This record gives sequence, structure tokens and C-alpha cells, in this order.
Amino acid sequence: MDVELILRVYPFFIEAAWVTIQLSVLTTILGLACGALGAAARLSRLRVFRAIGAAYVSVIRGTPALIQLFILYFGGPQIGIQLDAFEAGVIGLGVNIGAYMTETIRGAIISVDRGQTEAARTLGMSRWENMRYVVLPQAARLMIRPLGVNINALIKGTALVAAISVVELTYTAQRFIGSTYKPFEMFLISGALYMIIIYATGRGIAWLDRRARIV
Amino acid sequence: MTLDFTVVPAFLDVILLGVLWTIAITVAAALVSFFVGIFFAVVALYAPWFIRLPFRAFEWLFMGTPLLLQLFLIYFGLIQIGIDLPAFVAGVIGLGLHFAVYNSELIQSAILAVDKGQTEASRTLGLSRMQTLRYVVVPQAVRDVIPPIGNNMIALLKDSALVSVIGVSELTLSAQQAIGRTFRPFEFYVTAAAFYYVINLVMEAVQRRIERRIAASR
Repeated sequence: MDVELILRVYPFFIEAAWVTIQLSVLTTILGLACGALGAAARLSRLRVFRAIGAAYVSVIRGTPALIQLFILYFGGPQIGIQLDAFEAGVIGLGVNIGAYMTETIRGAIISVDRGQTEAARTLGMSRWENMRYVVLPQAARLMIRPLGVNINALIKGTALVAAISVVELTYTAQRFIGSTYKPFEMFLISGALYMIIIYATGRGIAWLDRRARIV
Repeated sequence: MTLDFTVVPAFLDVILLGVLWTIAITVAAALVSFFVGIFFAVVALYAPWFIRLPFRAFEWLFMGTPLLLQLFLIYFGLIQIGIDLPAFVAGVIGLGLHFAVYNSELIQSAILAVDKGQTEASRTLGLSRMQTLRYVVVPQAVRDVIPPIGNNMIALLKDSALVSVIGVSELTLSAQQAIGRTFRPFEFYVTAAAFYYVINLVMEAVQRRIERRIAASR
């Protein structure tokens, strides 16, 4: 193993890790927004919204994220959508993980005991008040852990944007493998940084989950 | 530039060839991930610690890093140590090992869930520890684990698009070849997505059938 080389190139990887973190944070925010909208659509009383929600989940989860990214970034200009690689990465990955989060959020909402809704409605709460004050606060606690699993997958998924030349961790590793012919060393540096990001995120999620627990 | 899907049929043979390669790499990698996954699971549960530990480290590394990075490591790493594999083989090894780690987790819990009485009975009947595993425990565990492994295999199909990056001419790269000649990325990527979607639907249907059959056999 070439330790000297690792010491020489690691600053580039730290910079790239920062880009990976930015991508992860922005993608998480967009994914949660898409997931909340998607879940609302799938649970709607109107059939047309339910159909749109179901189609979103099925199409996005049924095709590769890489292809979705390529359609947006390379195909976008043909339909008047001009994005730079970073923007396309955030939007593509966010919409993608949003479909998985839709199912997570929907799962948490429907696993809140039906008796809660029945009681709230009997007490005269509107459908919206029931959702806002009774169901969602309970569902929010249930969805923290499974959303953590989505976010873990999302962080590793940010590597895909290397294919549209966003200079993040995987792209940087690829570039240095090409110029130094040291794949193992480059894998070690970038892999270690990914694991630090994922480990720290996992701890954060576990902390949130503990705080949100009632019992 | 307006959209024009009429350019697609002229490249249908290229795309369909890509579909075949995507199916081939998915099936090959699925088989690797299944059998290596069983091997990893048995090592994790029964091997002495000095064998278990390096395997554990490997699994930990493969679960904590992106598949794309692993594909680069395997493809370029093997070349560096003098093994110049075709991209297809490197892709099968990369996808297969990646999903073997995930399958191993499922198989481990399925093995632990097989009733202890099964092991006790076959040991009493004179089967060795190895025979008990091979003929009694693992077959029962595998039956339980097929539905969740099906989910992993559908994920594998979609992740097989990544091997286009190391130059395997499957569906994604076929689309890129057509785009190189026509400069119509939107049309061809959407076409590729449609083919992935259809393969995905077929896999889901097969999975539901297998699940029903397993449920009926209990």
C-alpha cells in the first residue's frame, strides 16, 4: 500500500466528501418533500390522486436511478430543462428516493391504530384535524427508523452522479484511479469517508429515534 | 429540438441486444449472489473467529460503500494485479459480491429461524454437522428466504445499469451507442427505461407466483 500517495491526495477527497454531504442533505430534503406529497396522494380520497401517486412509485421504483438521471440531465435540454450536473443530480436523486420515502411514510401512517382515527372523528375532529393532531404525530415516530434506511441508501446512491461528472467522492476516486493506477488505495480513502458519513448519519437517526420515543 | 420517437425503431436491434445482455448479467449476478450469499451466511454463523473476522470486515466494507465505487475497485483492481477480465465478468463479480452481502444477512436470519429440533433430530440420526447443514438446515432456510431475496434481485436488475460505466454493453450502454449516432438522449433513455420497467414487471409477477407456491407448500 502506498501511504505516501494517500497522504498526498487525501485533501482532494476531503473536498469531494463535502460535495457528497451537500448532495446528501439536499437530496434528503427534496426526497422527504416528494415522499410527503406522494404519501398524501396515495392516501387521498380522490381516485385520480391515488392513481398519480401509484404511478409515481411504480415507474420510479421500476426503472434504474442511473437512467432517470440520464433522462433528466442529457434529455432535459430537449424538453426545455437546462440544469447543471449538480442540480440534475439533486433533483434526479431526490425524486428517485422520494418514491421509496412515499412508501415508508404511507406505511407509517397506515400502521397507526384505526381506533385513534375513529375516536378523533367521534370527538368531532375534521379529517384534517385528525391527520394533523392525532395520526401524524404518532406516525412521525414510527417513520424515523425506516426513513433512516432510505437515507442510508440515498447517501450511497449519490455516487451515481459521478456518471454525469459531478466532482464528488466516487468521481474523484475514479479520476485518481485513472491517473495513479492505484485502485485499492483510492477505494480505501473514499470508502472510509463514505463510511464516516453513513456512520454519523446513522447515529443521528438513532438519537432522533430515541428522543421521539414515548415509552 | 422537438422530440421524435420515430428514430427509435431503426436502433431496435441494438436495444434488444442490450436487453439480452442486461438479462444475462442479471441472471449471472443473481446466481453468484445467491450461492456466495449462502457461503457468507454459513461462514458468519459457523466458522471460527479468525475466518469469520475478515469476512465480517469485507461485508462491512461492502455495505458501507456505493456499488459504483466497488465496481471501479474490482474492474481496475483486478487489472492492476494482472488479471485482465472482460468487463462482463468484472460486472458479474461486482454485482454478485455486492448483493451476496445483502443476501447473506437474510439467509443468516433464516438459518437461525429453522427449528433447533431439526438439527437435533438429524444429528441423532447420525448426520455430521456438515451434512446437517447441507441437507437439513440450509434447504429449509432457503425456502423461507426466497421472497425477500426476490426483492434484492429486482434491485439487482436496476443496479445492473451501473456496469455500463465499466463498459459492459448492456441496455444502458446500448442506448448510449444509439444516442452517439443520433444525438437524441431523451428518446433513447426513455426507451431503455421502458424496457427496464417491463423486465421489472415480469420479475415482480414471477416473484408473486413463487411466493404463492411457497405459501401453498407449507
